[in-house]
Amino acid sequence: MNGLVVSGFSVDHGAIRAIDSLSFSVTSGQLAAVIGANGSGKTTLLRSLSGLKQPTTGQATWQGISLLGKKPEELARQGVLHVSDGKSVIPELTVKENLALGGIWRRDKKDVAAATAEVIDLFPRLGERMTQSADTLSGGERQMLAIGRALISRPKLLLLDEPSLGLAPLVIEQIFQTINDLRLKLGLTVVIVEQNAMSALRIADIGVIMNLGKLVAEGSAKELMNDPALRAAYLGY
Amino acid sequence: MDRLISAILIGLSQGAIYSLMALALVLVFRSTRVINFAQAGQAVVSTYIGWEVVTRTGNYWLALPIAAIAGAVVGAVVETFLMRPLSKRASKGAIAPVASVIVTLGLLGVLHSGAAIIWKGDQKLLESPVSAMGITVGETVYPFSQTDFLIIGTALLVMLTFSFIFQKTNLGLALRASAFQPEIARLAGVRVDRIRAIGWAFAGAAGAIAGVLVTPGSALSPNSLDLLLVFGFVAAVIGGLESLIGAALGGILLGLALSFVGLYVGTSLTFVVPFVILILVLLIKPSGLIGGRKGRNA
Repeated sequence: MNGLVVSGFSVDHGAIRAIDSLSFSVTSGQLAAVIGANGSGKTTLLRSLSGLKQPTTGQATWQGISLLGKKPEELARQGVLHVSDGKSVIPELTVKENLALGGIWRRDKKDVAAATAEVIDLFPRLGERMTQSADTLSGGERQMLAIGRALISRPKLLLLDEPSLGLAPLVIEQIFQTINDLRLKLGLTVVIVEQNAMSALRIADIGVIMNLGKLVAEGSAKELMNDPALRAAYLGY
Repeated sequence: MDRLISAILIGLSQGAIYSLMALALVLVFRSTRVINFAQAGQAVVSTYIGWEVVTRTGNYWLALPIAAIAGAVVGAVVETFLMRPLSKRASKGAIAPVASVIVTLGLLGVLHSGAAIIWKGDQKLLESPVSAMGITVGETVYPFSQTDFLIIGTALLVMLTFSFIFQKTNLGLALRASAFQPEIARLAGVRVDRIRAIGWAFAGAAGAIAGVLVTPGSALSPNSLDLLLVFGFVAAVIGGLESLIGAALGGILLGLALSFVGLYVGTSLTFVVPFVILILVLLIKPSGLIGGRKGRNA
């Protein structure tokens, strides 16, 4: 099947089961929001999809090909880009160097240059700070840098871990708006893991609600948002 | 005045060698958090290979790059076939934080013994290609030779090459990214394992060059570079253990300190001074002269 398919997925941290037989799927070009409180297994899910961790049992495929047993750097080179939580940038490097990392291994240097120009066009503030070290950036700018770096690798499947973490509400809205524009423009498939349920579900096609490592509900984002029981128990608004 | 100039020049020449060894230790430490005690063994094996080249061809200029390449290969092999599997296998329990360091000590022993078996324990001489006699200016003979210039020049060339690679090339960017934040580097598509092996190769080359440069002043035996490792370590700590520029400066400072103490106080103190400096740095400024985040960039 096209897109991302996760089935019977269980991940253990030592003796603790972080994810318990989770199954869901995301069609190509869709945006999925994985919602859950701290400790629900969301971050573990992304780490297991991007090769940083291996599940104990279960399958995960992207466009019919297994994501398991591969190193994160190889998956990144195949277009599966994981932007890890909060500040997925290298603070010791400059903004320019952080962006360059997304393209140094790519053969098509012309397209790397084009992608870099597109990112600077999208986030002009990064363009103004190219020679600054990344640790001088604000939280929002770091998030832009992390997403920008991933875009330079020409992603097909983008895994975003809590892009709203530590950001002001106005900045959160901007970031989510940008993510939505990008995926519509580039035809990206996106999985966003979020505690900020409202912002994420608003731009999502489908929602996956997790609690303590287990699937609580899966369905169209709109339906989930309007389900009073889910709203009270898991969505917090 | 002449004495002062001599002290400075000798300090620079000795310090340049300590800087190279410090560079070798820092390159490994900042990418893998391992103090590589085996570096003395890797360097001695590489220097023996350089000695073989000189013995067979009589050409020191050929021995220098060949020893450097040998050092690089040894470094990459140690990382790929020993350190990398070790970090995966010994990742849990009490041994995890110290396993790598203990293995480098074990490897040092293996390399010492291996060198003694292959090349015997006797002292080998490695002649400098240029005069080791003091330079005469007018009536005065300075205790500073063409060999010292060769040492300073070569060390400078190595450092400039490293600094160019690290700051200006994609490989250098990958090396720094892999050292600072390996996980993020991986997620960005950098093949961190391969890059680490290259980092160990650079370190091995630096250690080998230090060995080939220092040996004409003394003699080559399986343990002959052990003291250099200790001095290199002190230099690296002075420089903050993570900074390449810090390593270079730390080596020069240590060289100058030893040279001044030797000339003005007495050579009997030479062996005490580095350790006193080491303790003082750790007590007063444990992050080194160029420590912290700033140091990592340098």
